[in-house]
Amino acid sequence: MIHSLFLINCSGDIFLEKHWKSVVSQSVCDYFFEAQEKAADVENVPPVISTPHHYLISIYREKIFFVSVIQTEVPPLFVIEFLHRVADTFQDYFGECSETAIKDNVVIVYELLEEMLDNGFPLATESNILKELIKPPTILRSVVNSITGSSNMGETLPTGQLSNIPWRRAVVKYTNNEAYFDVIEEIDAIIDKSGSTVFAEIQGVIDSCIKLSGMPDLSLSFMNPRLLDDVSFHPCIRFKRWESERVLSFIPPDGNFRLLSYRVSAQNLVAIPVYVKHMISFKENSSSGRFDVTIGPKQNMGKTVEGVIVTVHMPKAVLNMNLTSTQGSYTFDPVLKVLTWDIGKITPQKLPNLKGIVNLQSGAPKPEENPSLNIQFKIQQLAISGLKVNRLDMFGEKYKPFKGVKYITKAGKFQVRT
Amino acid sequence: MSASPAYSEEKGGSSSLGEPEYGHDPASGGIFSSDYKRHDDLKEMLDSNKDSLKLEAMKRIVAMIARGKNASDLFPAVVKNVACKNIEVKKLVYVYLVRYAEEQQDLALLSISTFQRGLKDPNQLIRASALRVLSSIRVPIIVPIMMLAIKEAASDMSPYVRKTAAHAIPKLYSLDSDQKDQLIEVIEKLLADKTTLVAGSVVMAFEEVCPERIDLIHKNYRKLCNLLIDVEEWGQVVIINMLTRYARTQFLSPNQNESLLEENPEKAFYGSDEEDSKDDKLDAASLVKRKPYVMDPDHRLLLRNTKPLLQSRNAAVVMAVAQLYFHLAPKAEVGVIAKALVRLLRSHSEVQWVVLQNVATMSIKRRGMFEPYLKSFYIRSTDPTQIKILKLEVLTNLANETNISTILREFQTYIRSMDKDFVAATIQAIGRCATNIGKVRDTCLNGLVQLLSNRDELVVAESVVVIKKLLQMQPSQHSEIIKHMAKLTDNIQVPMARASILWLIGEYCEHVPKIAPDVLRKMSKSFTGEEDIVKLQVINLAAKLYLTNSKQSKLLTQYVLNLAKYDQNYDIRDRARFIRQLIVPTEKSGALNKYAKKLFLAQKPAPILESSFKDRDHFQLGSLSHLLNAKAVGYQELPDWPDEAPDPSVRNVEVPEWTKCTSREKRKEKVEKPFYSDSEGESGPTESADSDPESVSETESESGSSSSSSESGSDSGSRGEESGDQSEEEEEKKKKKKKKGKEGPRKACPESAGSDPSEEEEEQEQGKKGKKKKPQDEGKGASESSWEEGSVSESSSSKSDSGSEAEESQSEPESRRRTTPPSSKPAPKASRKETKEISLLDLDDFTPAPPQPASSPAIVSTSLVTDLEGLTLTNASLAPTMLSPVFSTVKTYELLHRMAGEGLSVEYYFNRQPFPPDPHMVAVQIQFSNNTESEVKNLRVSEPKLVSGMRIQEFQEIESLAPGDTASVIMGIDFCDSTQAANFQLCTHSRQFYVSIQPPVGELMAPVFMSENEFKKEQGKLTGMSEITEKLTLPDKCQSDHTIVQRVTAAANVSRVPCGADNEYRFAAKTVTSGSLILITLERKEGARAHLTVNSEKMVIGTMLVQDISQALAQ
Repeated sequence: MIHSLFLINCSGDIFLEKHWKSVVSQSVCDYFFEAQEKAADVENVPPVISTPHHYLISIYREKIFFVSVIQTEVPPLFVIEFLHRVADTFQDYFGECSETAIKDNVVIVYELLEEMLDNGFPLATESNILKELIKPPTILRSVVNSITGSSNMGETLPTGQLSNIPWRRAVVKYTNNEAYFDVIEEIDAIIDKSGSTVFAEIQGVIDSCIKLSGMPDLSLSFMNPRLLDDVSFHPCIRFKRWESERVLSFIPPDGNFRLLSYRVSAQNLVAIPVYVKHMISFKENSSSGRFDVTIGPKQNMGKTVEGVIVTVHMPKAVLNMNLTSTQGSYTFDPVLKVLTWDIGKITPQKLPNLKGIVNLQSGAPKPEENPSLNIQFKIQQLAISGLKVNRLDMFGEKYKPFKGVKYITKAGKFQVRT
Repeated sequence: MSASPAYSEEKGGSSSLGEPEYGHDPASGGIFSSDYKRHDDLKEMLDSNKDSLKLEAMKRIVAMIARGKNASDLFPAVVKNVACKNIEVKKLVYVYLVRYAEEQQDLALLSISTFQRGLKDPNQLIRASALRVLSSIRVPIIVPIMMLAIKEAASDMSPYVRKTAAHAIPKLYSLDSDQKDQLIEVIEKLLADKTTLVAGSVVMAFEEVCPERIDLIHKNYRKLCNLLIDVEEWGQVVIINMLTRYARTQFLSPNQNESLLEENPEKAFYGSDEEDSKDDKLDAASLVKRKPYVMDPDHRLLLRNTKPLLQSRNAAVVMAVAQLYFHLAPKAEVGVIAKALVRLLRSHSEVQWVVLQNVATMSIKRRGMFEPYLKSFYIRSTDPTQIKILKLEVLTNLANETNISTILREFQTYIRSMDKDFVAATIQAIGRCATNIGKVRDTCLNGLVQLLSNRDELVVAESVVVIKKLLQMQPSQHSEIIKHMAKLTDNIQVPMARASILWLIGEYCEHVPKIAPDVLRKMSKSFTGEEDIVKLQVINLAAKLYLTNSKQSKLLTQYVLNLAKYDQNYDIRDRARFIRQLIVPTEKSGALNKYAKKLFLAQKPAPILESSFKDRDHFQLGSLSHLLNAKAVGYQELPDWPDEAPDPSVRNVEVPEWTKCTSREKRKEKVEKPFYSDSEGESGPTESADSDPESVSETESESGSSSSSSESGSDSGSRGEESGDQSEEEEEKKKKKKKKGKEGPRKACPESAGSDPSEEEEEQEQGKKGKKKKPQDEGKGASESSWEEGSVSESSSSKSDSGSEAEESQSEPESRRRTTPPSSKPAPKASRKETKEISLLDLDDFTPAPPQPASSPAIVSTSLVTDLEGLTLTNASLAPTMLSPVFSTVKTYELLHRMAGEGLSVEYYFNRQPFPPDPHMVAVQIQFSNNTESEVKNLRVSEPKLVSGMRIQEFQEIESLAPGDTASVIMGIDFCDSTQAANFQLCTHSRQFYVSIQPPVGELMAPVFMSENEFKKEQGKLTGMSEITEKLTLPDKCQSDHTIVQRVTAAANVSRVPCGADNEYRFAAKTVTSGSLILITLERKEGARAHLTVNSEKMVIGTMLVQDISQALAQ
């Protein structure tokens, strides 16, 4: 299936290659570079490129292109999903999936890739199993290794691979047994010029950090499971139980993982926690324009909206901006034409406002389009859909775990059209 | 050593400099350096006996490999370490070996013995890893060794080793394709493996080595379906894709009913011709199958078992299921995938890109599916352009009369985007909407004309091109627009747009008689500087003008043609020559000349603006080929549905004789009981260690319920005379003993038999219950309590009787009669009393058991009932709350009297079982008895004359009925919740009889379980018009609880609902077709008076039910 993998950085260097079958020459990447040139920016490089003898399927993550070489028919999503899984694994192992991290740990990377695919077909992709096979580097371990000469290889044989629950490590032991769940909801919305909502939707995930000894069997129930319209599960969740009782029942992987992602049914009206008043205009035949944006809280369930950042992609003709803000600070990148206004917390008493003059290139025609505002925010201790975890029960182990649930609401793809 | 971390970073680069950092012995270094300038230090390290040095060296070598640097000259030094004790060194050596073995084949052979030793290791992981590396070394010489190793590993104890063997198969195949036959044998063997670990890998091997050998899948089909949910995600994708292809070859199209409606009868004929010679029985089956399409249970199995995977976190799995549903599911069910696909749009942009391409294809064929999610395809300014354009495509495909206004409003926003490519695509999308939806054509056109004054040239150019296409549809009304566009020629530089304008003017020069020659004049001036495409259109315009308005344009045309004559492009020269000959009359040009006008100014059909995704669905969705819209290497064509379903019995696994046997009786059995064999097949794989217990129970319960329905029918109808099949059935029963346990309680319905395996439990339960109930019992009378103990032994003895089926079936009609009040008069009094008392006691004991058929003497404890519910009622075709029917008394109706039927008498009764092929149908058990002297052949149903909406599921044709014989079949009728009769003909080989089945209102419903609270809640909703009450007086013999309950349940197929009050009885049911609730309350007042209340939306049914029940009670 997957023949070879090349990792390419933004400046076009192939800094890692791995072949699972016969070696494919680096020159195959020329087709990729060609396509990259054709596409104006990195986002628009087509993920699937057909070349005379191979097909290239690539993803772009953290300023690295993962380019895989395929020779025969294979579902493209299969490869894409796998490549993302590789990137996730790097992230998991090295804390970041960057070129330097990969170069620093090239042997581990190579060992990982060796385990993840066999003859191009995925073999072990669960992080729990991989960590049994190859220990992730820590500062302590690298120091110890350099002194004692011991290795990163797991000394014990990975028995997890053989078990019926391949996502969990075999022997897990903690002195403090804890289970934390983060319910994170993101609001995707498009607000039109007049302030009315064109489209809004809540997407949520439950990320878990579970450090429990032995083989705990957990079941998590919600106060209002009917809210969840569409769900996708970590493989550990027993689907039948959910279907019949709307209870999440599972033997968890060890460590951090995403338990569930969901979408809240579209029928429910989505509360939009902020509103924006905006006035962006460009004058005909003069090289300036006005910019005035105020942001305020709305339907925030009595919680404070914080971490507010407004990002605006200004038209190409904009040279620079002279603005004053009543709160927070703003920056304007004259190359990318991106205005970023970092507001922080919104207090209803004094609404943050940013206004001033936009300088345009002289002689350039007045930009027709108004830029749209992308807004980020965060609300702690609130799941905007109203989803609530009811209880967590544990079976199969005797100890009493410490349990915690955290709610947080964020802006997802939250866009205000002007 | 302190420098070691730097090494892993510095790669081979530093080593190539030859800095002897590790050259402890400069002398030896010198010797080596003469032969090998590079890597000498590495070699030394590898030769040292310190593991840490070796490891360091290997790390540097691997880093070189990772960089793509050549490290092949180290091969001899590295391969020595293949037997190193240190695991990490060993692993890195493996990595090196796999990379370079192909180049250094001879040296690589040195390592083989190590792996061969590894293959015998007691540890499964070492065996597996040895096989893995051995098979990854691409050295043709070791093919026989690999083959041997694979074969051995394929029968290894450890599933993990077997999985590795499956992985090794495609490796060996790619090395030497001559081994195919042997490898197929291994694949066949591994396909039969029952563990989830192996399933994905072996199917992968199957797809790479022998995807055409679909016959290997038959036997494993059901197992794969059942294991699917527990296979790891990558394997799921491969299996689902393969099963999609398989299903396309083995099942009939679920959507054929609509498409083949007309040609159906013919097709059936052909079918019978072909198969006649082989097997009449099958033929009959296929005939029945064809008319009203019934999905093959295996087809259904696949759809059902893949559906949960739509919830997978893995986009590839979701996509695989989506394509499976798109290609295989009936139209009505495809909708479920939309939600999951829309979810994927939140994922990484590459995933979005692929999913949107597939959604675009799907949305052309099944627009309705994505309509509810229209807004999810709205475009954000931050989306990458390639995503924007795909979303636009989907939006355009989804546009229809109702949503076009919202979509156009969105498009207006998009047109002002900064992304010009996207704007151009939007304009095209508007054009497509305008052509597809006539209503908005003018609005769109106006909008596009406004865009002509846009500042951006690209936008204008794109608008021109689209307007041109739109104008072609109705040019006469829009000469103003043409004039406007003619003016644009001065400004627009985009060649395509200029060409479009010129073509428009030429085509409609009659509408703009004054402007056209002027445009030609301008264009001829700039002719030489134009692009080729524009030049061609200038010539075109000149020719057309010459034909319509030669006075003004003759000279200009000559001039243009002359210019073109000497153009550099030969296309243009050709065109000029051609046109000159055609339009300018000369002596030679002759005939064609006359037709020049017709040629040039013919009516041209308006272009159809189509999606580029049209017709892409002949590629399997989700595949690389679909994405590229071209066949990729190794793409397996998705076959068309077959016209005739291949023999479904090939998928039967359990009894190998079956598949071979051709004897008629055995076949017959199979055909008559398709579910039976189904259950057998399913039972195998459920043993897998890690498959979800619930999934096990589901499949089992399903088989249980379905087989029980078919079986109980034949049992009760057979009267022990169906001896032909009896013995065989008996055999099967033995085989399925375990299963019987579960079937038991449901199957034993009409008689007083309980379920054997649950006997003990029941007794215990009963004991407990008895204690609890004691006060109540005492209140009712001491005589009853004395019955208690007796009854236990009594019931158990009656149960043990029922152990032997043969006896039972003979005594059955008798016992049925006994319990049927109207016809039960002649029954011996003693026995009657006995049964009655037993059941009375049961009733007292189990009033809290709501779904328990009150009159049925079968004793099942409450807990057991709930257990059974879980077991038996997850059948997908049943509504989850529907209960197994209550068996009280069976009333037999006459369908055809002996006299009228010339010796053939037919009776029917409502067996109150769910009808598995269609939950909306009432199952009718029909019994034929042949009282003639000769055989009756080909008994079948034909020409149903049904009130609209009613449907009949015919029984399978009875081939022959010997004199004195009886046969029993089940047919399903959807009465549409009305008591109108279903009329049809009953045909034999010689005669036809007109018959009709009229259901009593009580049979139009199925019992439903609910708690007291639910009952009250539902009753609260159904008041007013939906409530019908009647007062009645209960006769003397109808005073006991038991009798009342029995009579009510006899009159209607309802189940009892628990009730706190002593003097109240509640029952609940749902109508079979529409599923509307029917709630019955009977309240006893002082004396013999009582109030009967029926709550139901269906007032007609309610009224009739009240009548029926009060009649039944009054008797």
